[in-house]
Amino acid sequence: MAKTMQNKGPSKVSELIDKTQSSQAWNSIFRPGSIFRKGYTDSPRNRSYVIMNSVLYHLHPVKVKRHAVKVSYTLCLGGLSFFLFILLTVTGIFLMFFYRPTAAQAWNDIYHLQTSVTFGLLVRNMHRWSAHLMVLSVFLHMARVFYHGAYTPPREFNWVIGVVLLLLTLLLSFTGYLLPWDQLALWAVTVGTNMMGYTPVFGNQVRFVLLGGSEIGTDTLLRWYVLHVLMLPFVIVIFMAIHFWRVRKDGGISGPL
Amino acid sequence: MTEIPEHLRKRAEEARAKAAAAKAEDAAPAAEADAPASEAESKIPAHLLERAKAARSKAAGGDAAAAGGSEVTPAAGGGTAVAPAAPPVAAGPGGHTQRLLTVVKSGSIQDVKAAPQDKVHVWPHLLSVEFVAALACLAFVFIFSIFVNAPLLELADINKTPNPSKAPWYFLGLQELLALFHPMVAGVLLPGIGLGGLMIAPYIDKNPSAKPEDRKFAVALFTIFLMSCAVLTMIGSFFRGPGQLFVFPWTAGLFFEL
Repeated sequence: MAKTMQNKGPSKVSELIDKTQSSQAWNSIFRPGSIFRKGYTDSPRNRSYVIMNSVLYHLHPVKVKRHAVKVSYTLCLGGLSFFLFILLTVTGIFLMFFYRPTAAQAWNDIYHLQTSVTFGLLVRNMHRWSAHLMVLSVFLHMARVFYHGAYTPPREFNWVIGVVLLLLTLLLSFTGYLLPWDQLALWAVTVGTNMMGYTPVFGNQVRFVLLGGSEIGTDTLLRWYVLHVLMLPFVIVIFMAIHFWRVRKDGGISGPL
Repeated sequence: MTEIPEHLRKRAEEARAKAAAAKAEDAAPAAEADAPASEAESKIPAHLLERAKAARSKAAGGDAAAAGGSEVTPAAGGGTAVAPAAPPVAAGPGGHTQRLLTVVKSGSIQDVKAAPQDKVHVWPHLLSVEFVAALACLAFVFIFSIFVNAPLLELADINKTPNPSKAPWYFLGLQELLALFHPMVAGVLLPGIGLGGLMIAPYIDKNPSAKPEDRKFAVALFTIFLMSCAVLTMIGSFFRGPGQLFVFPWTAGLFFEL
């Protein structure tokens, strides 16, 4: 960046850049060793600094085993599940601006969103398709991990967390299914909750808690909305944090076979 | 305890021999011969040289004792550390003040992990792959969303049951089981067993090997699980029509919404 700037006004611009980069504000934002402090030239040390001096260090170590970067080993499924979760969060927040979870307003809000909100239809489509895709990618991620025998010690517990994450993904998708409040949503959820109502001993209580009443209505909608936008995301983020942390603590990703 | 590496032992022996020779000729001309030579070439301040000279002459008395000591200690280099007999007066052969007492091999104190692993930097090797994968995924979702709209049927009506009523696609396998078993078995027991089985799988599977050819049973079992999920889901999705009756999608049409 500095180079292109220099063509226009050599002294003044570089002086300004120097001044900015030596200011207290700049140095308080970027840690010592950050590439934004002293620029990036390709060297092993700088490659390490890119990770070490950024928030990425929470997610990735400085180095990984060579086979771990092969796409054919992981198929990127775990990472894509996480990416889809982020995409779902972003599009979901957008949708929340236009949606009220009551039986009287929900369907109209969705219809209004699709017909008269800029990009409303597109964002709703993206939210729906990425949700289905995430269920698929989490499931395939599980299959990939199993076929690589990657749950052998010390990774047993991380597999258990992974199964919990799969369950939470299904619940997130299922709670979101009701929110458009159309015929598809109502009856899909009726079928689903009827199944859960067959729980032995306290089947009726389970169903009552899920529906917030004895049958699906506006209380169910509110209940599932809160689960969908607040509680389940909160829980799944905690489990994801533990999941990612354990991946590193258990020695990086498994393999090679 | 530990063996001293060959080259270190040789070096120590040489040094010892050289020190013995040097001591013999060094004994007499000690102070005077030293001073002019060093003064000529060095930039050491005069007062420091004075101080050093004084210290050397003071130490001359104890030198005999120190010589005796330093003859003994290198011999102990076989492994045990012996405290020097005298205070460390300007000692060694080349004017060194340090001396090799023992060599501790790396494995004996720290557990050094054996073979170094072949590793690559996360930046750029992993981050670039992840970035491209995320972009491709985003592009796919984006383009797909431009061309295919999410379904929005008419307003929910509790009095108007559509026929057939289907659960979301990922539960259609379970709904399919409802046709085969009692609802309690199909809706609660089997999925419960499935989830529980998945969770305890790593504690049951004690096979230390991760190679597919060594774990044929586990792979077979899991493949059966996956395939039955897939088949049940597909039957539930595409082959169930009105009244949950079995239909062929190419004759009766699709009864499936995502």
